[in-house]
Amino acid sequence: MNAPDNKRRALLATAGVGAAGLVVAPGIRLIEAATAADAPKTTLASSKVRWGMLVDTTKCKSDCNACVTACNKENSIVEEVADPRQRSQWVRKIDLVEQRTGKQHSLPMMCQHCTNPPCVDVCPTGASFKRADGLVLVDRHICIGCRYCMMACPYKARSFVHEPLTTQNPEMPRGVGCVESCTFCVQRIDRGLQPACTEACPEGAMLFGDLNDDNSAIAKRLKEVASTQVRAELKLDTGVRYQGI
Amino acid sequence: MSRALTFLAALTLALPLFNAAAAGEAAKPAIVIANPGTQCIAPPEEMRRDHMEMLKHQRNRTMRLGERGAKVSLNACVDCHASKTTGSVLSGKQSNPDGFCEACHAFAAVKLDCWDCHQPKAGYKAAEATPAPEGSKP
Ligand code: HEC
Ligand code: HEC
Ligand code: HEC
Repeated sequence: MNAPDNKRRALLATAGVGAAGLVVAPGIRLIEAATAADAPKTTLASSKVRWGMLVDTTKCKSDCNACVTACNKENSIVEEVADPRQRSQWVRKIDLVEQRTGKQHSLPMMCQHCTNPPCVDVCPTGASFKRADGLVLVDRHICIGCRYCMMACPYKARSFVHEPLTTQNPEMPRGVGCVESCTFCVQRIDRGLQPACTEACPEGAMLFGDLNDDNSAIAKRLKEVASTQVRAELKLDTGVRYQGI
Repeated sequence: MSRALTFLAALTLALPLFNAAAAGEAAKPAIVIANPGTQCIAPPEEMRRDHMEMLKHQRNRTMRLGERGAKVSLNACVDCHASKTTGSVLSGKQSNPDGFCEACHAFAAVKLDCWDCHQPKAGYKAAEATPAPEGSKP
């Protein structure tokens, strides 16, 4: 019963391909035929991966701004803004001082790429979203610039572009009227590179990788050392972890 | 037969008139192909009709699914279609703009917001960041 059926199907399939190959008349678009023939190699973000970062604050120097500079360069955050308070900041340096001992810590603060991101919860258009591999991004094609997400973010990680821009790098479009934030340099990690800040850190204080991969350097380190999620009490399950605070 | 001929003759006579009338209204968009030797991602008649759908479809796939290396890419359009003289797909002219991605649009009264964010110049690289501003370290 099964065998003849399959044969018939196989025959039909071949006939279909033949027809597609032969009868491509002008005006009739056989999208399947076209994509099968010259489909380029594409890659997709996978939910098997969970991107994360471990920052070793014991190595981070207070007078060093290399991660911020590298981020600004990679994402071309170079525009002059009339009011410096409105300047976009995808990553910023923070100094913490223990009040009693005076012990100082310095650390980079950026989007923590939460598993349960409040910015996504509050977005009225669905522009704030979490990609399969854990990146929390703004789809600026549908962002209406309401800035609810900026209010919702406990890490003050998002910025709003107030003025028209002309100096964008082609790989990272940015523009007036939209909210933006650290993307873990999505344009780089999708090509197998490290985020610009991680690569630029002269102390090697930033470790980036796949938290789900037991063999990744970051997963191994997280098993060895004590790490902290900033504002862990919010149970956002951040992708960025800090060591030494 | 003779009626058909008369009709054809009338048509031939009338055509230049139509053209003249059209020219009086608005100049036909000047489409300059910057890299004539190359192949577009689809035949020109399909591109004219469907490029907006292709771009919107791919934009969602790249943005949401992280699809990279797809056939359709706005950056690839810009790289191949940017003018050899201005280096851009936009001309920067107010009247009769003739950049590749604006001549038709001006003619058809279509306004794109893509260039608010997307770089219209091929191979553009932003200058080094200005020195770290006040406020980048609280
Ligand atoms: C407010 C900013 C903004 C505007 C306006 C905008 N884009 Fe985008 N676009 C982006 C960002 C950010 C990305 C993601 C880039 C990445 O991840 O590599 C993107 C990616 C894309 C991509 C996939 C990458 C590529 O090069 O192919 C396409 C296609 C695209 N946009 C098309 C459009 C079109 C068409 C318009 C106009 C109708 C437009 N965009 C307007 C910000 C914008
Ligand atoms: C590798 C180079 C290349 C790339 C990439 C490319 N094009 Fe083209 N495009 C061409 C060439 C060459 C032609 C002229 C084809 C012809 O006339 O046979 C053309 C023609 C066109 C036309 C028709 C113009 C007319 O004559 O009316 C449109 C519209 C167009 N392209 C849009 C796009 C868009 C949108 C993209 C990006 C999604 C794109 N092209 C990507 C090379 C390219
Ligand atoms: C041959 C003429 C022609 C050329 C060349 C052309 N376009 Fe278009 N484009 C059109 C027309 C006509 C429309 C409007 C179609 C409609 O509204 O039905 C349009 C619409 C669009 C839209 C959708 C706009 C919207 O708001 O819905 C996008 C995006 C777009 N074009 C991008 C491009 C880009 C990018 C290029 C340059 C690579 C380009 N076009 C070159 C004719 C052209």
